[in-house]
Amino acid sequence: MLKRILVGLLVVAVVGLVGFSVFAWRPAIGEIAPPASSSFSPELVARGEVLAGAGYCSTCHTTKGGQPFAGGYPVKTSFGTIYSTNITPDLKTGIGTWSEAAFGRAMREGVARDGSHLFPALPYDHFTKLSDADISALYAYMMSRPAVVAPAKHNTVPFPLNIRALQAGWKLLFFKPGRFEPDAAKSAAWNRGAYLAEGISHCGACHTPRNFLGAEKRDKAFAGAAIDNWIAPPLTAANPSPAPWDQAELVAYLRTGVSRYHGVAAGPMAPVVHDGLIKLPDADIQALAVYFADIDGSAGRAGALEQALRRASVADRLNVGPQNDPAARLYTAACASCHYNGVGQPNPLRPDLALNSAVNLDDPTNLIRVVLYGVSAKDGAPGVVMPRFNRFSDADVAELAAYLRATRTDKPAWPDLKKKVAAIRAQGK
Amino acid sequence: MTQFTINGRPVSIDADEDTPLLWVIRDDIGLTGTKFGCGIGMCGACTVHVGGRATRSCITPVSAVEGAEVTTIEGLDPAGQHPVQQAWLELQTPQCGYCQSGQIMQAAAMLKDFPAPTDQDIDATMSGNLCRCMTYARIRAAIKQAAAAMGGKS
Repeated sequence: MLKRILVGLLVVAVVGLVGFSVFAWRPAIGEIAPPASSSFSPELVARGEVLAGAGYCSTCHTTKGGQPFAGGYPVKTSFGTIYSTNITPDLKTGIGTWSEAAFGRAMREGVARDGSHLFPALPYDHFTKLSDADISALYAYMMSRPAVVAPAKHNTVPFPLNIRALQAGWKLLFFKPGRFEPDAAKSAAWNRGAYLAEGISHCGACHTPRNFLGAEKRDKAFAGAAIDNWIAPPLTAANPSPAPWDQAELVAYLRTGVSRYHGVAAGPMAPVVHDGLIKLPDADIQALAVYFADIDGSAGRAGALEQALRRASVADRLNVGPQNDPAARLYTAACASCHYNGVGQPNPLRPDLALNSAVNLDDPTNLIRVVLYGVSAKDGAPGVVMPRFNRFSDADVAELAAYLRATRTDKPAWPDLKKKVAAIRAQGK
Repeated sequence: MTQFTINGRPVSIDADEDTPLLWVIRDDIGLTGTKFGCGIGMCGACTVHVGGRATRSCITPVSAVEGAEVTTIEGLDPAGQHPVQQAWLELQTPQCGYCQSGQIMQAAAMLKDFPAPTDQDIDATMSGNLCRCMTYARIRAAIKQAAAAMGGKS
């Protein structure tokens, strides 16, 4: 009897394994001789360049100081470090032998030319929405880049998670392949914005929280998440900024990296704006703004800006004249010379901290990071810097953050600030 | 290698990326008008302009100014005749003078944002620039005189 049960179980296991193998198997797509750059029309390559910008391909496929698109950039996940690959048309170490079909399959289904499953560190769950025409343009652009010899680095994903076939199971659970479907009830600009945001620009990859297996939670789209030691704020009505993210603010932020009523694009958002979206025409930035102004419900927040500005201008005057509170004195000496605005409209280059996203988020991480590490000239507002106050003690930075939270917002105090500052200092830049 | 312009001149600096901009300005470039005070961004003596904004150079890593335009006291005006510098001379503002290049750079940048500053504006934006000789009253007067000379009215 026992023997029969064991044999039965074995049969089930073998059948299951064979079944899964068949399910997970993808054919290799034959190697090709790489097409000459001249075989692509300059218009197609130019369109591909815009799309590669909108998808920040070079941000993840280039190491610091390395050759563009040659890979090797570490993507840190909770399952280990995954290194981006060489996507230049080098024959041996890049994608020189990939046909457009192979390229399109990798982008939209997460399967490499040789048939192996890719990790979703490549956001194919977003790129699956791309149109055929955009895949062609991206292919033309990538295949006309200079080929760079750069062998892949070894990922540190442990066994058994490193078994590529298991990714087929992940896809079964979480991946919904398919092209973008426009919403007929919305405007053309909204649909264009949605196509960009959900597809090539993969905004949800950072701004949507992920489940324990690293998949974006679809029912929590754009609800905000922790990413690369920063907080990607919610892009929904849950965004805690006192001033609404309306279309004009979104356009200013996404086009220039500076918003008058929210602050500047720092951390991982800086290259998104300054290296990526900069390639998009104004009409596409407008479209993204139309889409996100709808997602965040800013139209329903009439009057919020005026209220926020009144509050900010009162807080702004707290740091004039003699002061006894040590935290207030710290702010007055170290911060007010740049952040004070006086009466009237806040100057976008004097970011008003009562309005600033970092001070209003539920988590103090972004504020602490900016205080400790500053904002360089290529990030944030182009050409200007915020210095780094890393010579301040953990206690001073914690006190400063608590002071700003208490005097600039009506939100609850942040807990355990000193520990948080110490932890962020230990993480490094 | 970090590249930026200083007083309109392009420079290329081979220093560790964490080197303070102040060190680079004084030791590598040789412009010593910018002074070291506290080294932690609390006194303002090292103030220069980066992209036209007053910036504490002692806590700015040189890598942060890649591609930016840096101006020091030597470059504020080619002849040293910026309205703030003129007002400083006319009112004999400095005493020992050590903090004054920082004071002047802070004041010159501030007047772009507040062309007709009130006492409150001056106090709020200049409180990060300390003067051990206590010349604050003359600093405030000189800023107002410079503002008037530049066309703003306090």
